[in-house]
Amino acid sequence: MNAPNKAGWRPAMGDAEVTASPTASGDKALMLEEPLIFELGRPGTCGVDIDEADLPPMDALASFLRAAPPALPGLTEPEAVRHYTRLSRQNYAIDLGPFPLGSCTMKHNPRLNEKVARLPGFADVHPLAPQQTVRGALEVINQLAFWLIELTGMHGVAMSPKAGAHGELCGLLCIKAAIAARGEDRHVILVPESAHGTNPATAAFAGFSVESIPATADGRVDLAALKAKLGPQVAGVMITNPNTCGLFERDMKAISDAVHAAGGYVYCDGANFNAVVGKVRPGDLGIDAMHINLHKTFSTPHGGGGPGSGPVVLSAALSPFGPLPFTARRADGSVVLIEEEDAEAEHPQSFGRMAAFHGQMGMFTRALAYILSHGADGLKQVAEDAVLNANYVLRSLEDVLDAPFGGAGPCMHEALFSDAGLAEGFSTIDIAKGLIDEGFHPMTVYFPLVVHGAMLVEPTETESKAGLDRFIGSLRHVAQRARAGDDSLHGAPHFAPRRRLDETLAARKPVLVWKEQAGE
Amino acid sequence: MTRYYTQDHEWIEVSGSEGTVGITDYAQGQLGDITYVDLPEVGAVLAKGDAPCVVDSVKAASDVYSPVSGTVTEANHALADAPELVNTEAETGGWLFRLTLSDPAELSVLMDRAAYDAFVAGL
Repeated sequence: MNAPNKAGWRPAMGDAEVTASPTASGDKALMLEEPLIFELGRPGTCGVDIDEADLPPMDALASFLRAAPPALPGLTEPEAVRHYTRLSRQNYAIDLGPFPLGSCTMKHNPRLNEKVARLPGFADVHPLAPQQTVRGALEVINQLAFWLIELTGMHGVAMSPKAGAHGELCGLLCIKAAIAARGEDRHVILVPESAHGTNPATAAFAGFSVESIPATADGRVDLAALKAKLGPQVAGVMITNPNTCGLFERDMKAISDAVHAAGGYVYCDGANFNAVVGKVRPGDLGIDAMHINLHKTFSTPHGGGGPGSGPVVLSAALSPFGPLPFTARRADGSVVLIEEEDAEAEHPQSFGRMAAFHGQMGMFTRALAYILSHGADGLKQVAEDAVLNANYVLRSLEDVLDAPFGGAGPCMHEALFSDAGLAEGFSTIDIAKGLIDEGFHPMTVYFPLVVHGAMLVEPTETESKAGLDRFIGSLRHVAQRARAGDDSLHGAPHFAPRRRLDETLAARKPVLVWKEQAGE
Repeated sequence: MTRYYTQDHEWIEVSGSEGTVGITDYAQGQLGDITYVDLPEVGAVLAKGDAPCVVDSVKAASDVYSPVSGTVTEANHALADAPELVNTEAETGGWLFRLTLSDPAELSVLMDRAAYDAFVAGL
């Protein structure tokens, strides 16, 4: 450690005594035991002063009149504020520590983004405001669209999809429209075994049937098997690159060429774009559509912290079919929104709309702030450091955790381990729960499905080496306990507000509605 | 009655032209605790390799493939309230559906118990 206090000296203070006699409140100092909001407050209490209704009674609706007030929790404003603040203290967040969820890119959200998003001209803008009053917001959308096209080497971009799976749907609807415009009937989408679960789900939702492509022994798409499946029935393929084994699909260009030669389109799941942003342009790999998770690669809040945003970049072949509305720059330099009334003249082949309005404005401002503040060199370094950090994790732990593709060379942005080598009776879930005791959010577990007991760690570029060393030290300690057969690990977590929850019972018999008395 | 096995870890027990389908004990062990089973409708017409059934576990949702072609005659509705039967009695009370075989010749490529055990041992 480079810290000034190398020995870790502290004045004698005494540690928390977990076995001391119980408190009357149920709280233990700053360890809070918070009831449900329905168990708090009193009927009739209200945090705001609501006017008496002065509307005349409507006879036509009389039968719908409430006989009793709704059973809402009655809390004062400070009680409501405290309830949620107290709950938030039991939560884990990216602002508390690393969030190593593979395939999620949980990175730090720079505060500059937040500052920009809170500027009144962006924060208070209304989607139905007349266009001439929101020129700045339209300019932001258009500039972000420009940079997304520039970074991906594509032809166009649909900004309105709300997150990754919504973007996948947008891309497949473009493919569907393009095939219909050719007067062809192609109904099969090919998806590799290691795909995100959303890929086959999206294809099925869009009305395609799904066929899976096997992986090679080194964790990549089997090009020969893919070629064997191509034909006049295939609308396209959905490929994640880098894939969910944390590996770059080296044959991507050959895959695209083969699919195009067979008359299909290539959809790329861009969830892992963080590993290649600024280094590889999907357009150069022959990709026709790819969603970009602004909430992953471009650091807008993620994981309960904010809404997603999944713009879809499109090739020249698919751009004519993209959704409305979208922004366009006029000859006089102004940016306008192309809507249905302009579509016949400007965008006649659009498949329709993905959403009511033009997209997630708050995410657009954050993502553009991120792109502009990093610059071209900074974005390139994002990808390089993300890959470096993942390889540091992989090589630091492969002596205690099995790395099934560790021999295939460097990984991309995420390190993948299996449960091989753990003591009899110990599995991935024990490692995940042990990490909770260590004070970390667990990594992604049991995904991808092609690896037994998979553990997928994505550190991202925003962790310092000291932070990574701390995480690696904890994961190493837990892995060694699981290898040695340390029985107490079966009971983990020991130090969380709740012990190991019965996830099977929760899935089989979920209790979704609060009732005043249990068992009713 | 004869029981056959597939490389996708389904079993089918055949009596005349009637078959009962389930997943093997090895398969349930790999899936972990089963939380929900999505069963086919009676009357559904299946081609060999169709996926009429989805088994959800705490780890994953997995398709079950029909080992043969045929028409579904019955689904095991006991699994609606007790999906854990697939864990505890995978090859008996945890059966998934029954069907009338349309092409019994399809059975010839399936494995018997000894061949399946050898197949699993090699995984």
